[in-house]
Amino acid sequence: MSHGENINYLIARRGFWSWVITLDHKRIGLMYLATSSFFFMMGGIYALLLRFELLTPTKLFVDADTYNQLFSLHGIIMVFLFIIPAIPAAMGNFIMPMQLGAMDVAFPRLNLFSYYLYATGALMILFAIFFMPGLVDTGWTFYAPYSIAQNPSVVMVALAIFIMGFSSILTGLNFIVTIHTLRAPGLTWFRLPLFVWALYATSVIQVLATPVLAITLALVAVENFFGVGIFDPALGGDPVLFQHFFWFYSHPAVYIMIVPAFGIISELITAFSKRDIFGYRFIAFSSIAIALIGFLVWGHHMFVAGQSLFAGMIFSFLTFFVGIPTAVKIFNWMATLYKGSIELKTPMLYVLAFLFLFTVGGLTGIMLGMVSVDIHLHDTYFVVAHFHYVMMGGNVIAFLGGVHYWWPKMTGKMYSEFWGRLSASLIFIGFNVTFFMQFVMGSLGMPRRYYSYDPEFQIYHVISTVGSWIVGVGLFMALFNLLLSLRSGNNAPANPWGAKTLEWQSASPPPVLNFEEPEKVIVVTGPYAFDSDKSRISNGTKTYQSEKV
Amino acid sequence: MDTTKTFWLPTRASTFVDVVDPAFNLVMWMSLFFLLAVTAGVIYFVIKFRRKHPDQIAADQITHNFHLELWWTIIPVFIVLVLFWVGFRGYLYMSIAPHNATEIRVIGQKWSWMFEYPSGATSDTLVVPLNEPVKLLMSSRDILHSFSVPAFRVKMDLIPNRYTSVWFEATTQGVFPIRCTEYCGTGHSEMLSAVKVVDYAAYEEWLVKAASAGEGLTPAEFGQKLYASKGCSACHNIDGTSQIGPHWDGKWGTQVKLASGESVLFDENYVRNSILDPRSQVTAGYQPVMPAYKGIITDAEIDAIIAYFKSLQ
Repeated sequence: MSHGENINYLIARRGFWSWVITLDHKRIGLMYLATSSFFFMMGGIYALLLRFELLTPTKLFVDADTYNQLFSLHGIIMVFLFIIPAIPAAMGNFIMPMQLGAMDVAFPRLNLFSYYLYATGALMILFAIFFMPGLVDTGWTFYAPYSIAQNPSVVMVALAIFIMGFSSILTGLNFIVTIHTLRAPGLTWFRLPLFVWALYATSVIQVLATPVLAITLALVAVENFFGVGIFDPALGGDPVLFQHFFWFYSHPAVYIMIVPAFGIISELITAFSKRDIFGYRFIAFSSIAIALIGFLVWGHHMFVAGQSLFAGMIFSFLTFFVGIPTAVKIFNWMATLYKGSIELKTPMLYVLAFLFLFTVGGLTGIMLGMVSVDIHLHDTYFVVAHFHYVMMGGNVIAFLGGVHYWWPKMTGKMYSEFWGRLSASLIFIGFNVTFFMQFVMGSLGMPRRYYSYDPEFQIYHVISTVGSWIVGVGLFMALFNLLLSLRSGNNAPANPWGAKTLEWQSASPPPVLNFEEPEKVIVVTGPYAFDSDKSRISNGTKTYQSEKV
Repeated sequence: MDTTKTFWLPTRASTFVDVVDPAFNLVMWMSLFFLLAVTAGVIYFVIKFRRKHPDQIAADQITHNFHLELWWTIIPVFIVLVLFWVGFRGYLYMSIAPHNATEIRVIGQKWSWMFEYPSGATSDTLVVPLNEPVKLLMSSRDILHSFSVPAFRVKMDLIPNRYTSVWFEATTQGVFPIRCTEYCGTGHSEMLSAVKVVDYAAYEEWLVKAASAGEGLTPAEFGQKLYASKGCSACHNIDGTSQIGPHWDGKWGTQVKLASGESVLFDENYVRNSILDPRSQVTAGYQPVMPAYKGIITDAEIDAIIAYFKSLQ
């Protein structure tokens, strides 16, 4: 492509077909963003419905089977169709190559293929929901033997997750190769933005852990079709083995979900404090450390599943050591605020919300790591609350912060700050109303996945359900605010936040090749060099970041 | 009874309370302390270093502080080592049953509990003696379940084809809920029972009575008792409303429409077959979810349930 066509990527080519066959990482990123956001809304609606049912201790509007399907679909859609692809595949795809000063990812065709694998899995799940008899009701954990020989809908969903697993593996591989080979001249490893480090760690987990999920699902198929006893006790199999396999993937998978969120927070907190990050190397390496230690703690999901005393001890011990790098990251982010010039724009409100919510999620994780305490709390609402403080308070809040931060870059439009701040505040308040009460009722003994419950817990459920309405209002407000900006928002300047990373040194929206003269990008400083004011792009300047004074 | 319940933790009724509750409180207060410290720090920084005019740059660009970073790593390491040790010691105590513990078999199935005593007595509620160690040897007849008594701080999964065990020593007389905490399908939240803690004399008296369950009752009365104790009541109502399974009210002698399209007379043989092999004759409009009771119900008990059906006309 000649430079004559290197214009705004959104209008460089037009028509539906130009999106279907696009190889542009930015367009593929937007496709992931739109698709996964759709499923976020769908999973959220299931959550609102099941929370509504829980207003009363007995039947309110659906029966037990429907309730079981609601929480299963909520979990499956949120985990596999939204959280796992949302940050790495949507934001990572768009932003990471720009932060490297690259024109695209290393394998653009593979990138598009990964999207279609994801879309295929998503369509299969929609088909299973709307056109197949019998809905999946296994929870997102698919524990054997309940999940085995259930209904064809479960088989369809398992196959869809199998296929989407390959999307995840291929995206991870693509990102690893991209980060190794396509960094701009001068962009050494320790000059990479922390979002890139986080995506690198995430990609390693995706490539190493996801095959185990695929193997597990393949074994389930072998068991079903050939009658070989693997997990089903009726055939002489061991259901606890399924749990080991499942968590060997799914525990690292929670780091696939949360590590990229750490990356976003590092980007946002520097941009809105006008500060270089505190402890760059520690944050970079801790992402890798969390990725690796994360492989060794799966047994903490099984303290009451009949594993040995010795295994319980080892898994408890290792679990605490995932907590350390995570805690230190929080301290690093706090120290980054110190002596900064802090501006409370919408993305920064999400950062502050993240710091509080994720700290609650992390500390309650420490509580659950203590085996004697875990025995009491296991499979209660305490775990549900902990999980949501980490996944929604951590991942989703960071995702929303990232969307609001990069929205001007991705779309070229500015949204309303007023509605942005209001929706962020509503989400934060509503989230705490929804989930804090769940800690209390959980430690009082309310089990998770209960359709009917002891009336002593009703007050907590009512508060929690009211909270879910506040979150719902906040999320729809954020959605409308962003979508309305496409019609009536002001055009975004190249760098509305005064950020220092490479992607902001290009136009908003960026040209097809990401930079006006991509072959001339040279990097000479770390990513957050706020001590220099010479880093703006100007005609004829070939370096995008100036030397540190 | 509920005087020992706190804001965070349920009634205290076993010796495990003494290892779990202090551990919970220790880590909870420590967590609250850190949460408040982080929150206060963030709020203070945000207020103090807030951008006052648009062009304001950061006052400083501190990127390292070796001693600070060293200490904020080392101190949490020591804290988590202490927490690990506290949690692990409690876990050791909770894992190893005393040798003199009374052993009771627990059998879980969709969606009921059965407790078998060494004397041969069976019961749907767990009756245990006060201040005596009790060891439960547990297994499942179908899928995963989990035995949980929040007041005792006890929880352990039940697994098909394998035994798991827990022990406890109750310290308070009373009745405490047992709940299934491993998701097991339609009736998961109905898979409830209770543990009744009584003094030793009452326990022994109960054991004798439980070993002769149907004695002194008419067959229909015994059937009514079995309706509650064998788990029937989790799915079948007797008030004419249907939930997971069809209701039992006034069914005797009627024609039952089956999922296969056939009709069958609701008689002795239909009842017997529906208990022993329920999936062979599923009522139209219901899922084939009832577990087979073959091998866990005696002929005398089936006769009693038939008598109970006849009494429900």
